[in-house]
Amino acid sequence: MSSGAFQILRPGKVFWLTAGVAAALALSGLAGAHHMESAGHWVTGMNNRVVWGLPHVFAVFLIVAASGALNVASIASVFKKASYKPLSRLSGLMAMALLVGGLSVLVLDLGRPDRLIIAMTYYNFKSIFAWNIFLYTGLLVVVAAYLWMMFEPRMHRFVGAVGKVAFIWRLVLTTGTGSIFGVLVAREAFGSIVFVPMFISMSLSFGTAVMLLAIILMFRLNNLPVKDEVITKLRSLLAYFVITVAFFVAVDHLTRLYTVGDTGVERFLLVDGGIYPLLFWAGQCLLGTVIPGIMLLTPRLAGRFPTVVASLLVLLGAFAQLYVLIVGGQAFPMDIFPGYTETSSYFDGVVAGYQPSLPELALGLGGIGLALLIALLATRVLPFLPQAPVDQPGG
Amino acid sequence: MSESEYSKSGSLRRRFFTQAGGGVALLALAPGVRLAELAIAASDDEPVSDKHRWGLWVDTSRCVDGCDKCVSACNEEHGLSGMDRPETDAQWIRKVDLQDEVTGRELSLPLMCQHCEEPPCVDVCPTGASFRREDGIVLVDKHICIGCRYCMMACPFHARAFIHEELSGQKTHSPRGKGVVESCTLCVHRVDEGRTPACVEACSNAGNDALVFGDLKDEEGRLALILDENEGVELRSDLELNTAVRYSEV
Repeated sequence: MSSGAFQILRPGKVFWLTAGVAAALALSGLAGAHHMESAGHWVTGMNNRVVWGLPHVFAVFLIVAASGALNVASIASVFKKASYKPLSRLSGLMAMALLVGGLSVLVLDLGRPDRLIIAMTYYNFKSIFAWNIFLYTGLLVVVAAYLWMMFEPRMHRFVGAVGKVAFIWRLVLTTGTGSIFGVLVAREAFGSIVFVPMFISMSLSFGTAVMLLAIILMFRLNNLPVKDEVITKLRSLLAYFVITVAFFVAVDHLTRLYTVGDTGVERFLLVDGGIYPLLFWAGQCLLGTVIPGIMLLTPRLAGRFPTVVASLLVLLGAFAQLYVLIVGGQAFPMDIFPGYTETSSYFDGVVAGYQPSLPELALGLGGIGLALLIALLATRVLPFLPQAPVDQPGG
Repeated sequence: MSESEYSKSGSLRRRFFTQAGGGVALLALAPGVRLAELAIAASDDEPVSDKHRWGLWVDTSRCVDGCDKCVSACNEEHGLSGMDRPETDAQWIRKVDLQDEVTGRELSLPLMCQHCEEPPCVDVCPTGASFRREDGIVLVDKHICIGCRYCMMACPFHARAFIHEELSGQKTHSPRGKGVVESCTLCVHRVDEGRTPACVEACSNAGNDALVFGDLKDEEGRLALILDENEGVELRSDLELNTAVRYSEV
């Protein structure tokens, strides 16, 4: 069955196996969340000092990657690059799937997930978090409309206009996500306006890496050839996005290093903070930036396998970055009494401990499983994939 | 008199009677309204207003190293029993021991919610569960807190606690619940009865008098007089939060 130049995925054994793994991950995520909610959060590694842990690393990753995954569709309909059009529908689908996965993790980690309706009905408009609720649900609506324009031949003429709205929306959304940390003036590791462009560049990088993997996986599951030209272009784009993220990360650290009084947190994150400097230098910088950067810019490594490895490394670096940023930023003690050493029964003046627990990991991976499951099942029921990766109208 | 003149004079007459009647009614009702206002002000049902701003003075020179009477009193007052899990157990007030990095001078002081005039926890709360009463007391509405912990990320004093597990032995005047955030209420239930917070009472009973509770807006009150004579140090004054808890010599 096909719709124009697009088709519904013809599932084979590998498809069902992949979907099975995704469903198992999603179910284990639900089990993890159920355990956390029924026993209480004391069964997690999170505590009164590190209040956001592994679930938030996964949730922020998925949400940031979601807006970046929409980039491919934007290139086609906003920047008029026809060769990306066959991938536009998949791009919109991945954006929605990743966003739903991320939001599910975020909601299931709440102390009271049963009060979701309160989060949707009580708003404090001074809170950037409240604005983000609008931005996230709004992106789902905008992308759904965007996909409708792509699917419905009579609506093709509106694709460009809706695509522009979606493009602006995703930029604002990532601005909002970066601001969650950017407005936290109390903590030295946060409270920087650089977080806004850094999160936008992170979304472009993570989202493009996810799209490269999704394209290669989906096309392989469907035995479809992928046009080398598209992969090559996306590889170069990803390389430059990775470099852009590295630039903003450097600016963020240098800004703080230059500010008298903020060097303590930098020393902690970059030199003597234990797991955090290790994750920063080995995970984020070497494995997540330098190696994939070189791989993506080396024409001899343009094959499918090196592309998959490079994309996975970018994502590994993404997790390292978010872990250092979110958990490391909380682990460093707040300087409530400058000029004094502090001790108390509430862990003042000491580095906070955080040991990720199995339920948290299950919940985080569950979000990825749910996103993958949604994407796979959607390609099973609607024509998201092109019959052949050629220029098509209406993409 | 023509019909039009008649109707004109009738209209004037009606207007006069309406206005005069209105005036008489106003004169008759006004004292009643005033009396009603006084009656409300004198009752327990008085709505919270910004006529007061409740605050605390912490005299660090009188705070005894090793004494935690304020902490015990708070735990007792609010039923904060804990589960012997220090990283996840709630603490609304804690003793912090400080040592000057240059002179080596040692200090001990209690630290709790500073009841900021511009509370970051209230700014960031997505549902409005974190709120500031008109009289300056910062509270959490336990009914609409979703347990996102963003307020804990934003608080510069690490003053809040998330309830990590099922609770027992709760006090009716201090309801708590698993999965929501809480912090020092400045013993709002006692303040509304005209009493002082439990920590202040315990400190006074121990003979230390390191804590003084009062109305920052009452120019003749003890708190205002103390702050007139002493420099009330505001923690994290760089953030310009205008805290209601002020310390001596930090």
